[in-house]
Amino acid sequence: MKLLETKNITKQLDNRNIIQDVNLYLNKGEIISLLGVSGVGKTTLFNIIAGILKPDRGEVLLNGDIINGKSGNVSYMLQKDMLLAHLSVLDNVALPLFVRGISHKEARKRAKELLPFFGLDGFEKKYPAQLSGGMRQRAAFLRTYLFSDEVALLDEPFSALDAITKQDMHKWYIQIMKQIKLSTIFITHDIDEAILLSDRIYIMAGKPGTLVKEIIIDHQQIEREDFNLTVEFLYYKKEILQLLGTN
Amino acid sequence: MRKKLLSIISKIIPAFVIIFLLIVWQIVSEYEVIPKYMLPSPIDVIIAFRKDLSLLMDHAVITLQEAFIGLFFGVFLGIVIAVLMDACDFLYKAIYPLIVITQTIPTIAIAPLLVLWLGYEMMPKIVLIIITTFFPVAVGMFDGLKSADTDEIKMMGVMGASKLMIYRYIKIPESMSHFFAGLRVSVAYAVVGAVISEWLGGYKGLGVYMTRVKKSYDFDKMFAVIFLISALSLLLMGAVNIIQKISMPWEKVADKNKSE
Repeated sequence: MKLLETKNITKQLDNRNIIQDVNLYLNKGEIISLLGVSGVGKTTLFNIIAGILKPDRGEVLLNGDIINGKSGNVSYMLQKDMLLAHLSVLDNVALPLFVRGISHKEARKRAKELLPFFGLDGFEKKYPAQLSGGMRQRAAFLRTYLFSDEVALLDEPFSALDAITKQDMHKWYIQIMKQIKLSTIFITHDIDEAILLSDRIYIMAGKPGTLVKEIIIDHQQIEREDFNLTVEFLYYKKEILQLLGTN
Repeated sequence: MRKKLLSIISKIIPAFVIIFLLIVWQIVSEYEVIPKYMLPSPIDVIIAFRKDLSLLMDHAVITLQEAFIGLFFGVFLGIVIAVLMDACDFLYKAIYPLIVITQTIPTIAIAPLLVLWLGYEMMPKIVLIIITTFFPVAVGMFDGLKSADTDEIKMMGVMGASKLMIYRYIKIPESMSHFFAGLRVSVAYAVVGAVISEWLGGYKGLGVYMTRVKKSYDFDKMFAVIFLISALSLLLMGAVNIIQKISMPWEKVADKNKSE
């Protein structure tokens, strides 16, 4: 079942066509990636799906309802973790619940139950400045999840981390997604990350940006711990590199 | 270890300078380099202070009362103006020049006017303190509100937060250090403002005491009250620092992390 869908999304900014006729869909429980070079319009597309930009043409559908220009439906996580320095970790992750008008007590209770799940048990009273990079990102991810457990947009969430932390985060992410089954759209320009984490990859290229190819990653392979060291993985990588190169 | 020692030394230095100056002053006065009736020695000042202690405290209570009431309303007004200017660009354009002009008016020039309009009681003093104290808070807080992280505000927008929530969770907390910087200035202004307004009319207060001892050429008492006023200002500024530390516990954590 299609949970989220975009139909012919087109957007101009400053009289320049940024993206043209973008059609994509996201099934329930699926992880898909948008892969493309910087400046191809991935973030613009995200802003449109998140409802903070209105498309010039086209529609964003969530469960069949048009949500053009309406924020608050899908959650959005950026490269910067944007944890608020003046709030405790618990209040930071409960923030979307506060915004939704849920009482502080109830919101904190709900957030607290999920902390161990995100490796943040015992850190609820700490401030973000006291956390490591990976923990901050996990807290930001939990905040995103509490915002919407339906659809999450993740805009290069791991790109600010060092290589080793990033690898740990990938492993952790694959683990947790098995349990929470959060339908996710990723933005990334890291090809390895896209192949490793996604069920499907959309390649975005050109000016204005369009979706040039959809690649389905064979799900059986993803379970394997060392998937990124297999021949299949390299085939995917080769295909993607060629696509990015020719456009 | 060496760093610690340096930081201790840097804290002791100002104290030494002050003690050194006091000794020089004592000598200058003792040997009548400047006639004693014009420049009493620090010890004379202490004696005068002790002799008039209960009288000084009586007056200080009144001055502090005025300062606190004026400061309270001044700070409140400053916050309201800052938020209004931040929330509405039209109001910013309309109000900002006006509040700058209010600060170009010399306090000492409008104090007698206020006395004529509002009488010899507390009212003119409080009004004068409000006029002098709202400004640092308004400007400091306004800068703070404007400097709030735009990405964080955007994030709140994505979550569907109202303007009020953006103030509550982002703008107000992130402008607090600016607010306290303004408040420290305002606190000092409040005490000085109270004293100045008392010079120009009133029955009680440190300013009134000052005019009385001036008329009788009691230089030692004059110095005693000057030091008392300074001490009160410093105490209040210290209190602001403590309040800031208590109300912004995350700052302490951030500093600790930086130094490690």
